[in-house]
Formats: sequence, C-alpha cells, structure tokens
Amino acid sequence: MIPELGHFALALALALSLVQAVLPLWGAQRGDGRLMAAGPGLALGVLIAVSAAFAALLWSFAVNDTTVSNVVQNSHSAKPMLYKLAGAWGNHEGSMVLWVLILALCGAAVAVFGRGLPGALRARVLAVLGMIAAGFLAFVLATSNPFMRVWPPAADGQGLNPVLQDPGLAFHPPLLYLGYVGTAVTFAFAVAALIEGRVDAAWGRWVRPWALASWAFLTLGIALGSWWAYYELGWGGYWFWDPVENASLLPWLAGCALLHSAIVVEKREALKTWSILLAILAFSMSLLGTFLVRSGVLNSVHAFANDPERGVFILALLVAVMGGAFALFAWRAPALSPTGVFAPISREGALVLNNLLLCTIAAVVLVGTLYPMFADLILKAKISVGPPFYQATVFPLALPLILAMAAGPLMAWKRAKPWPVLQRLWWAAVGALIAVMVVWLVQGQPVLPALGFGAAVWLILGAAADIAERIALFSRPQAALARARGLPRAAWGGAVAHAGFGVMLFGIAGMGLATEKLAAVRIGETVSLGGYEWRLDDVRDAVGPNWTSRRATVTVLRDGRTVTVLEPEKRNFPIARQSTTEAAIHTTWVSDLYVVMGEEENGRAALRVHHNPLAPWIWLGGAVMALGAGLSLTDRRARVGAPARRTAAKVVEA
Amino acid sequence: MSEAKRSSVSRRALMWAPLGLAAAGGLGFWAMLRGMQDGSYDPRGVPSALIGKPAPRLALPAVAETGLPGFGEAALASPGAPVLVNFWASWCVPCVVEHPQLMALQKRGVRILGVNYKDKPADAAKFLTRYGNPFSALVADAEGRAGIEYGLYGVPETYLLDRDGVVRWRWAGPLTPDTLSAELDILLRRHA
Repeated sequence: MIPELGHFALALALALSLVQAVLPLWGAQRGDGRLMAAGPGLALGVLIAVSAAFAALLWSFAVNDTTVSNVVQNSHSAKPMLYKLAGAWGNHEGSMVLWVLILALCGAAVAVFGRGLPGALRARVLAVLGMIAAGFLAFVLATSNPFMRVWPPAADGQGLNPVLQDPGLAFHPPLLYLGYVGTAVTFAFAVAALIEGRVDAAWGRWVRPWALASWAFLTLGIALGSWWAYYELGWGGYWFWDPVENASLLPWLAGCALLHSAIVVEKREALKTWSILLAILAFSMSLLGTFLVRSGVLNSVHAFANDPERGVFILALLVAVMGGAFALFAWRAPALSPTGVFAPISREGALVLNNLLLCTIAAVVLVGTLYPMFADLILKAKISVGPPFYQATVFPLALPLILAMAAGPLMAWKRAKPWPVLQRLWWAAVGALIAVMVVWLVQGQPVLPALGFGAAVWLILGAAADIAERIALFSRPQAALARARGLPRAAWGGAVAHAGFGVMLFGIAGMGLATEKLAAVRIGETVSLGGYEWRLDDVRDAVGPNWTSRRATVTVLRDGRTVTVLEPEKRNFPIARQSTTEAAIHTTWVSDLYVVMGEEENGRAALRVHHNPLAPWIWLGGAVMALGAGLSLTDRRARVGAPARRTAAKVVEA
Repeated sequence: MSEAKRSSVSRRALMWAPLGLAAAGGLGFWAMLRGMQDGSYDPRGVPSALIGKPAPRLALPAVAETGLPGFGEAALASPGAPVLVNFWASWCVPCVVEHPQLMALQKRGVRILGVNYKDKPADAAKFLTRYGNPFSALVADAEGRAGIEYGLYGVPETYLLDRDGVVRWRWAGPLTPDTLSAELDILLRRHA
C-alpha cells in the first residue's frame, strides 16, 4: 500500500509541476497577478508530494519490503539500518527521486525566500523550475519507477554493492545533487531573464547566492567523493580523471566562473550575456553528467545499472533543456547590450581573466572526457584519455589562474594600477619563491610538487594580504580589529575560499611526493618506507554484520617507538559475492600512513604501504573553500535580499 | 555595410554557436545510444587487435585429469558455427562468478572451447567437478603462451569466433547475465 501511495504521490507531483510550468509563465506574459501568484503555492505542493514519495521509498527500504523490485535488487535484511536507508538513493531509481526532491526543495525555497523578487521574475523562475521538475518526474515515472512491484515476493534482497556500503558514500550523492540542482535554479534565473529581456545588477545579486550555494555543495560533494575513493578503493589516489569524476568537475568549473562573473554583473552591469551563458552551461553540464553516467555510453569505474532506453529519455531532456535555452539565448541575448566598458587591468578585468581560464579548463576537461567516445563513434578507434593528458593541459592553465587569484581581489574596480597591487603582494611572492626553493632543494626532482607548494603559499599569503589591506593592518593597526569586524562577510568569504584552494594545493603538491611500496611479508617482518618501519604482527579472520574478512595488524614504528597500529582488511560479502579492500589509514595531518592488504600466499601476506604527505589537506582545503562560500552567503547583502530594481542601478562600491 | 553593423551581425551569429555545438553533440550521443542497441557501439569492450582477424592457432595439450578432449588448429580455423573461446583458471575468483553464465550458454547449445590458463591440471579438474563443466573441449596453457598470442588482459576472458574462425568479439572480465543479454546474445544470433 505504501509504495502505491508513493507512486501516486509522484504522479501527483508531475501533474502539479506541469501546472507550475504553465500558469505562472502565462500570468507573467499577460501581466496577470493572480496567475503569477499561483506559482509559490504550486511549488510547495510539488515539494509536499515529492517528499511523500521519498518517504514512501525510505519506508520500503527500512522495512525491507521484498515485494518492491528496487528493494529486492538493492537491499538486504542483514544490512545495517543506515545503509538500508542510504540504499534508497544508492541506486538509479531512488537517486532520481532524491534529485527531484532536492529540485522541489529549491523551488519551494525560491517561492518562500523570493518574496523580495519582482513578481514576474519569480513567476518565470518558478515556471522554468516546474518545467525541469516535470521533465524529471516524467523520466522517473516512465523509465525508472522506484515502486515497481514483484510477485511473488523474493525471499530477501540481493544486497547493495558492498563498495557503496560506507558512510562517506551515503552522503556523497545528496551533497552532489544539492550542487547539481542548485545550478538548475541559476539556470531558471537565466532563462527567466532571457524571457524578460532584462539583466541588471539586481539580477546578479539574486543569482549569486544560488550560484554560491550550489558551488559550495558541489565542492563538498566532490571532495567527499574523492576522499571516499582515497580510503575505500585502496588505490592510494584521490582523483583519477575518470569520466564520471570529470562530469562532476564540469558544473563545478562553470559554477565557479558564474559566481565570479555574477559579481561583475552586480557591481558593474557588465558580462551580462556571458553570465547568462554560464548559468545555462552550468546546468547543461550537470545534465550532461547525469546523461553520461546513467545512459551507459561511457566506460567508467563508477556505474549505475544503465540502459540505452533511459539514455534516450535523458538525451531528450538534455536536448530540450540545452536546445531550448540556447535557442532562446541566440534569439534574446543580442538585446542584452553591455553597459559597462572597462580597462583590462581592474577588478573586473581580473574576473574576466579568471572566467576565461576557468572556462578553458572546463573546455579541456570536456574534450578529454568526450573525445574517446566520439573517437570510438566516428573513427572507430579505442582511445583512452588518462591523467597525463589532464596533467599536461590543466596544470599550465591552472598556473596563471593561481597567479591571478591572489592579485585579483587586491585590484580596484574600473581601473587599477598594477604597481600598488604588486607592492602589497611582494611578501607573498617572496614566501612562494622560498617554498619552491626549499622543496626543490630537499626533494630534488620532480619540479611540479615544488611549484605546487609555491602556488599554495602564494594563495594563502595572497588571501592574508587581501584581508590585511582591507582592515589596514599595517597602516593603522589600532583600528584593525574593529575594521575586521565591520568587513563585509563576502570579503572574508572570498579570502577564505581562496586560501582554502591554497590548502588544497598543499595537499595535492604533497601527494606529488607520495611514496609507496609493495611487499610480501611474513608475520614479524618489517617494511621500511617514508622514515617509518611497518611491522606485520598478525593476520586473522574477522566477522561483521554481513561480511567476513581477513584482517592484518600492522604496527608502524618510528625510531623504535610505536606510532600507530593499523588494521587493513579484505572484506568478503557473501551475498553480493564481492570483496572489498579496507585500507587502514592513520593521519598525523602532516602525512597519511596508509596500508592495504593484498593476497596471502605461502604464509606471506602482500602489503601495500603508502606514505602520503599532506594528503588530508586536500579535503580540508575543500571544506575551507565551502566554508568561504558559506561565509559569503551570510553576507548582509545576500541575507537582506536585493534592493528594489530602480535603486540597484546605482553601482555600489565595495 | 558599416563596421558597427557588421560586428553586430557577427555578434548575432556568435550567439547561435552554443546551440550549434549542443546540437552536434546531441546528434553524436544519439548515434551512440543507437549503436549500443544494435551492438555497433560498445563503450565497455576492451579493444582487441584480433577483431575481424582469424583467431591465432593454438597447439596445446588436453587436460587429461578432466577427461575432456582437447582441440587443435582445425577447431579454430573453421568451427562451422559460432564458438566461444574462454580463458579461465581455477585460482581466479571472477571465473567462479562467470561460471553459471557459461553453464547456461552450454545448456543452450553454444559450443565453448576452454583454455585453462596457468593452472594445475588437478585443480582444474576439481573446479569442474565442483561447479560443472561447460566446455566441449579443453586445453591447458600452462606457460601462458596462448595468452600472449591472444593479447590476454587477464582471466577470465572470452572471445567469440564466427563460423569461419574470425574473431568477432572479446570480453575481458567475467561474463555477467547483463553481458549475455546485452551483447553476446545479439552477436550469437547475428553470426549463427
């Protein structure tokens, strides 16, 4: 009964979102206030219906209802409750319901928090969100019904992919979806602005919080996924340039460009067409990622059960969204004339440079991701584009981006002089040079990690210089604290996010110096790596709720003193007939000690030990970046909402 | 045409560029999905230099302990009907996962030639008694020489030869029920 109610709620949500797609839009075109006012109520209705459906799905998983085919395929009564519930969105059908739920949440948020928006703009935004929701609900109902029944009921479920049975992964998809769906809201704003034919400073101000929030969630989601890959897959790496990873990186890059260009729209009323294009691109990239992952057209280590039929439906959605938006763009964008003309050396000039570089990186990643597929299709050649391609293309683009990242915030709007900026940054430059030299002298080859350390120091000191300058730390230190309190949160947020990227670069550069060793050792024997002695003490059997494992005990010593005891495992999941490696990691924050257990043969166990300097800083950096975005979100300007349109035309200097 | 007007025209044209690019991409994706359905586009297939070429000849001994006949060059040169060549080993865990699919294929009358890869004959025999025997003939590749000739990626790995002994398909990794329904069945029908 409950699954049928869930199914019905989905159908109801589809009906409501269809109405939401039509009525407010029509009302906005005709200037009919009553029709426009229907939007918020409908958005709330869709949210309630989709929430009910999601709750029904959770319920089916929680009680392990084996008459529901989705539960049978993805769950098992022996699974811990957290993973039963996480299993609800760990599969294709359930994850699409979660996707729609988050979209409905965003729609309701626009409805509730968007009271300050002009009525017509809000109505159009809600209508576009309704169209997107209708498309996805139709997709769920037509091709991926999560409430499909099976008869006779199965004795028990077939278990979830054990690799996915992990707290990190339980929260990775929801975070990522919050990010993806956030791009849908900026997209809706862009389309609404195109329909309206008007983009002004106020538009930039309304779009920016959404761009920030979606970017922050994407950052957290990607970082969590990368962390999961690091500790769960046991390969010792954190980013593999896998097509599915790239698919999440693309909207992140586009969103990152958008949240910067939206500042220019807000402050200088320039880059309007460009920002609209970015908003469309960010959502298109989110959808493209969905298409690539769900349709099975690409070869990846990550995969959902996929089939071409679903692929055709998502492709149709993708074509409708991108085609519709780009056609509207081609038709209406020429009318959005730029008003601000600006000098290349200025804050907005730096932001344009940032946009160009970010978009070039996005284009490179997009080409690298799609090229093998199109080469296969057109040239019938199997090509794989791996990390060497990305390292050779992304690093040279990232370098000027990082150089500009520290300098940009110190430049003045409209027209800046390069000399004072360099004057304020000289100590950051000196610090970066020292870092490069020190790492180079200590480590010798390779040169990239040394550059990475230099770049990280440059960014963090640059962010510090930015804050020091704004609070006049050196010129008037007595008032600095008061000024620091009065500084807009957005300024703090920007500096924190930039510094967070520096922290992440520390981690990435440190991982460039990582060492590893594979050895077959008997009990009592040691391996030495990274200045540590790794001694295998014991190998034994262990039993968990739905797995059995072989567990090794490895004692790590430094100068004869025990640093830590690590217990890597090889788990065997009998129901899924799959085994996973559980790497054991001890972090000292300066480095990670990482052990993976391999096969046992002739009384020897294969151990792979890794010494990963600064590895945790990668994800710490991601968290700091998201924190920066969060700080920006709490800025008064975002909280209070935008001022009325007329007054917004006056450019506010910050 | 004045300079300003021309630049406005080219600006307008530029605005259509995203739509054009997206349309081209969409067309390509559609072709991929079509190809996946009729089997001409396969993102997961590991490339093999052998596809479209006659299968390399194997001159390997039979595995006496299993009681199965061996097969010689003739069996690969012109099998007369589509045949699968399956590389496996008793020490390979994914081979156990794959085994039910091989048994199902054998029940449906598909001929499977086994190549027991770097294995002990006694272990191979024990494996087949325990899980059942899907092979109509079996040879032992104790040194892995055949593996080199076929460019083996690992075990298990499966090749489909058509009636003339030409390699039509290669699957690296265990055959799953999905592989059978999505790929192999189509190919078996096509080359039958």
